Amino acid sequence: MEIESISHDIVIVGGGGAGLRAAIAVAEADPQLSIGMVSKVYPMRSHTVSAEGGAAAVAREDDNFEMHGFDTVKGSDFLGDQDVIQYFVQEAPKELALLEHWGCPWSRNEDGSVATRAFGGMSTKRTWYATDKVGFHMLHSLFQHSMRFEQIVRYDEQFVTKLLVEDGVVRGVASLNIRDGVLRIIRGRAVILATGGAGKIFPFTTNGNIKTGDGMSLAYRAGVPLKDMEFVQYHPTGLPGTGILITEAARGEGGYLRNKDEERFLVERDYGVGTKAELGPRDMISRAIIQEIEAGRGLEGAHGQYMNLDLTHLGEEKIQARIPMVRELSKLYIDVDPVEAPIPIRPVVHYMMGGIDTDIDGATSIRGLYAAGECASVSLNGANRLGSNSLTECLVFGARAGRCAVDFSRGIDEGSDANLRAQAEEEVARIEALRNKRSGNEKISRLREELNTTMESGCGVYREEGSMQASCETIDVIKQRLADVSLQDGSRVFNTELIAAMELANMVDCAEAVARCAVVRKESRGAHTRRDHPHRDDQNFLHHSLAYYEPGSPPRVGTKPVTLGKWEPEERKY
Amino acid sequence: MSERQKKTFVITRFDPDTDEVPKTESYEIEVEPYWKILDAINYIKDEVDPSLSHRWSCRMAVCGSCGMMVNGEPRLTCKDRLSGYGDTIEISPLSNFPVIRDLVVEMDGFMDKFNQVKPWIIRAKELAAEDGPMRQSPEELEEFKQFSMCINCMLCYSACPVVANEPEFLGPAAIALGHRYNIDSRDEGAAERNEVFRGEGTVFSCSYANECSEVCPKNVDPAAAVNQAKFNAVIDWATGLVISRDGKE
Ligand SMILES: Cc1cc2nc3c(=O)[nH]c(=O)nc-3n(C[C@H](O)[C@H](O)[C@H](O)COP(=O)(O)OP(=O)(O)OC[C@H]3O[C@@H](n4cnc5c(N)ncnc54)[C@H](O)[C@@H]3O)c2cc1C
Ligand code: SF4
Ligand code: FES
Repeated sequence: MEIESISHDIVIVGGGGAGLRAAIAVAEADPQLSIGMVSKVYPMRSHTVSAEGGAAAVAREDDNFEMHGFDTVKGSDFLGDQDVIQYFVQEAPKELALLEHWGCPWSRNEDGSVATRAFGGMSTKRTWYATDKVGFHMLHSLFQHSMRFEQIVRYDEQFVTKLLVEDGVVRGVASLNIRDGVLRIIRGRAVILATGGAGKIFPFTTNGNIKTGDGMSLAYRAGVPLKDMEFVQYHPTGLPGTGILITEAARGEGGYLRNKDEERFLVERDYGVGTKAELGPRDMISRAIIQEIEAGRGLEGAHGQYMNLDLTHLGEEKIQARIPMVRELSKLYIDVDPVEAPIPIRPVVHYMMGGIDTDIDGATSIRGLYAAGECASVSLNGANRLGSNSLTECLVFGARAGRCAVDFSRGIDEGSDANLRAQAEEEVARIEALRNKRSGNEKISRLREELNTTMESGCGVYREEGSMQASCETIDVIKQRLADVSLQDGSRVFNTELIAAMELANMVDCAEAVARCAVVRKESRGAHTRRDHPHRDDQNFLHHSLAYYEPGSPPRVGTKPVTLGKWEPEERKY
Repeated sequence: MSERQKKTFVITRFDPDTDEVPKTESYEIEVEPYWKILDAINYIKDEVDPSLSHRWSCRMAVCGSCGMMVNGEPRLTCKDRLSGYGDTIEISPLSNFPVIRDLVVEMDGFMDKFNQVKPWIIRAKELAAEDGPMRQSPEELEEFKQFSMCINCMLCYSACPVVANEPEFLGPAAIALGHRYNIDSRDEGAAERNEVFRGEGTVFSCSYANECSEVCPKNVDPAAAVNQAKFNAVIDWATGLVISRDGKE
């Protein structure tokens, strides 16, 4: 049967914050262009929905771009690109204002201006919020606003399995309709990846089921390097057991972290956060918690050792008004009402600083291929992201990628039909073989669990040569075992086992890039902390890491210079 | 670790590739007392029967994917505690929707209803980014806030007796969303939406059953939205009449 091929001017993969913002930017740049937006879930299910705390942009009199810029550079442990950061801080307020015009119910001050709150590593209140359901409101506002543009054609519940590239130019994607199991070619004169992060490579994560690093793997396999993958952010406050996030806004609103002796350990001992205390950056606080636990000052619970996040002094009224979701989540998922008792928490995998290597336009090394949002590494976040910068990042760089993709698409032809069909036919054959694979000794859930376990033991908050090497070896073996999985579900219709098998392969790619880059970086910087190399080493490692896909072997790891600027690297102390 | 307990899940299965009609399958598994319904279904999918299809993602009651009928009631399964149920629990796809496969229902019709109410800010003059944010008082925000909390989980459509008889009915969540924009101080599009609301199969089809608000996992209270929308649509129409009788615009 002939493979169906559909054409758009711009194809966007992903309907989260970054994908929707890109689609709107394209629609605004040129209303004549048709946009295909492919998403493996309906857009409002994208994981942007779960973001809680807020989005950063200069808003107050006592703030300025210089301060937001420096906070971000310092937060990144000087691995953020300073041109990117300067552009970001300038665009941020405009983007959040647009979101306001599009209906986002930002929380307000008495005078009707937008309210801002304190956040970790930010030197003043610059995090805009809509109580503590910011991602939810942002995503729904963007999605609803996008509905006014008829030229945005959605392909919901369709899973992109491959980028169709011809002579170094991207021509479209191969997309499997989950509903009927049919693979289609969706062609575009430019393609934007906005597929989100890869937190599911770890066992204990704030990320939802869909965050399997698909776009990272798609680009990587097509030849684009993944950048700075070793930097994985642990958020200090996840609920033990489920990993559900308790937002940093809980500390931004005045919450304390306490150990089993009820000490505010960030104040009592020197963990580098200085007077910022609970509002220090995430990498430092996560390390402090692990050290407290190792020193025997953790509390013992059903899911291992934990610390307490104490909000009891804030009072019911404030908790209900500012952080109602924190209360809702902790009552529901850990049976604690934070008005009355402290919430048990422990560091949890939250965010990938690394991702598809792009320049400031979101452009990758493949012509016509762009990436934005968490799947991309535009190098805003460097070695450690500041909380509330990434929602804004989705908007600022989603919009820019959209506009740049439009410019690119103007000067490019459609490419060869025969070549794309040949590639798509190979995809059909590959997927059919996988769907019908009844022989094999491996189970998807088992391999996923083993991958998760090795990532936690080798690439956790603290790392060292031996355990990282062990992870690399385990991943090598898992890669081979992947060829031996068998599937039980042979149906074409909504076959989630088939999707899970392909997601697992994507996760393995991402995990391997994380572990391999981590081994090579023999220093401690931002979220990458090695016991065997406890200090930052600007002499040898003030550069980005790049992991290049090598068929049949581990990635080749290279480097890329950091774009410095007016802020000279200095010791990171608060 | 707390003690595991045995429970039996009777799950409705249907694969249009092979089945003429839905059937049920029983799974006896050991559950942790703190689990939600979704945890048990995920366990079955991972460990017992990987061919089971269901939707889920966030597991924190905000993405809206995981609605199912649990013992015949529409529930958000990542929020629904197992401990509240007996030894045997029946799970089936959300009612009032066509079934695609197992626990997965067709939701394109539901999505189309959102487009109908123009769920975006409508203004005579659009603002530019440089204009900065508009002002809105905390009180003005409070007016519509509750109606902006909908996670599109579709439980209210499953519970609604009108949807059951009249699948084209705009339904609770879509009406609540249109109403949310109508009463947002930044919006100027109420006249357009009220016209939609006065059409067939919208607010006046509602029979005040209130089931929607009872099942809503986010306390959106869509029934209240429908009532207010009804009232406003009438007033708007009546004022329109008065104005046109006066010969003014
Ligand atoms: C619990 C939590 C709380 C957070 N809180 C904050 C916060 O307060 N402030 C902040 O700034 N950041 C926060 N973050 C981070 C931030 O939310 C994310 O980085 C950001 O939302 C990512 O958006 P995105 O558009 O890149 O990806 P996502 O929203 O994850 O969207 C990815 C999209 O890609 C699609 N997709 C993926 N793979 C495929 C495929 N193979 N085929 C087709 N489609 C595909 C998906 O369907 C989805 O639509 C939080 C993150 C989490 C997990
Ligand atoms: S109104 Fe409530 S029940 Fe209905 S879709 Fe929205 S959140 Fe779900
Ligand atoms: S899984 Fe997201 S609402 Fe239940």
